[in-house]
Amino acid sequence: MNGVHDMGGMHGFGAVEPEANEPPFHNRWEGRVLGIVRATGVFGLWNIDQSRFSLESLAPLTYLGSSYYRKWELGLESRLLAHGLVGEDELAAGHSLRQAKALSKEKLTAAAVDRVMTRGSFARPTNQKPRFAPGDRVRARNINPESHTRLPRYARGHTGVVEAVRGCHVFPDAVMRGEGENPQWLYTVVFAGRELWGEEADPGLKVSVEAFEPYLDPA
Amino acid sequence: MSSETDAYDHAGSAGSELSEMDIRVRALETVLTEKGYIDPAAVDRIVEEFETRVGPHNGARVVAKAWADADFKRRLLDDATAAANSLGYVSRVGDHLIAVENTPQRHNMIVCTLCSCYPWEVLGLPPVWYKSAPYRSRAVIDPRGVLKDFGVSLPTEVEIRVWDSTAETRFIVLPMRPAGTEGWSEEKLVELVTRDSMIGTELPKSPRELLA
Repeated sequence: MNGVHDMGGMHGFGAVEPEANEPPFHNRWEGRVLGIVRATGVFGLWNIDQSRFSLESLAPLTYLGSSYYRKWELGLESRLLAHGLVGEDELAAGHSLRQAKALSKEKLTAAAVDRVMTRGSFARPTNQKPRFAPGDRVRARNINPESHTRLPRYARGHTGVVEAVRGCHVFPDAVMRGEGENPQWLYTVVFAGRELWGEEADPGLKVSVEAFEPYLDPA
Repeated sequence: MSSETDAYDHAGSAGSELSEMDIRVRALETVLTEKGYIDPAAVDRIVEEFETRVGPHNGARVVAKAWADADFKRRLLDDATAAANSLGYVSRVGDHLIAVENTPQRHNMIVCTLCSCYPWEVLGLPPVWYKSAPYRSRAVIDPRGVLKDFGVSLPTEVEIRVWDSTAETRFIVLPMRPAGTEGWSEEKLVELVTRDSMIGTELPKSPRELLA
């Protein structure tokens, strides 16, 4: 979706402000949110793409006006509500008001935490051959889906070069369209800064995106 | 607090009064616990992992090893997941970690313009600035300006390559080994490797900075 989350190339957000000796969490609740997100992830009811889309779907002002972990918390609430795991009334009351929904997965115990501390693999086997090879010139398609995509707006319509083939991976756009994983080849595609931003751009700038095969046409 | 503060934390950071977010998250955790969906002890453990075990010290060990050991460096650039996992003391790294090497001709910088993708297994949790709108918006259009915010200026002839983490691949920058470190042990080299040098927004410390 062409949302405010797709920020590459926007102006006006000001300077980057590094913080010396930044702690892992600035408030206790932030750590709880991270832990709860991980602990509820094991239910297998949503994958990383569905989690991302729930954040992208926050109202633009909420998205821009909320800290990172607040966005996480709001996105998690929306997923829990959408799957009927909790009710609005329960969140308002701060207590369970009815029986839990039966889940097919066991709840995460402290002893089993290690398994949520390694990222899962999104690579999938395929019989298809990759359409592109390193060195190929490609054009990012001008797509504007209302649903989830991982092709940023700034790359759309621009011509770049395939630098690497990264394997075949779960295709986020398909997941959010309800089409299952529909794995696709993934490429690192490099664009010259001037191709993306015009003649005024830094001649020494190159930007790459990780692009799924359906995002690309030969150029 | 840094650039991404929101209106919901203020009471919490002021002290005694609970913020809206404290109350909201407590309510959520209580509901999920009472319903039997989560075990608060598991949440405690996850928080503890992120506060203690996971962090940029893991990535620094990978970088220092690559500086000291040419064979390891080759393996790292070939398959960073396998190379990092071959070091027993680094927390386990999932698929698809990719190490990108800085050279005198090219400086690499990592961003996620769409969300906050970050190689947390080797660098820990991303800093607030990495997840902030200023960084996500500017890194791909004005990386030299971003570097200036970090007090870094590179010669104009050095190419800047920005890696936008738009899929499940994750990147770590392998910075150039600082001059004047010939013969240094891996343990000593580790001290030169900063988190931000592995994101590409700063350079590793020089031996002189280490003494300062």
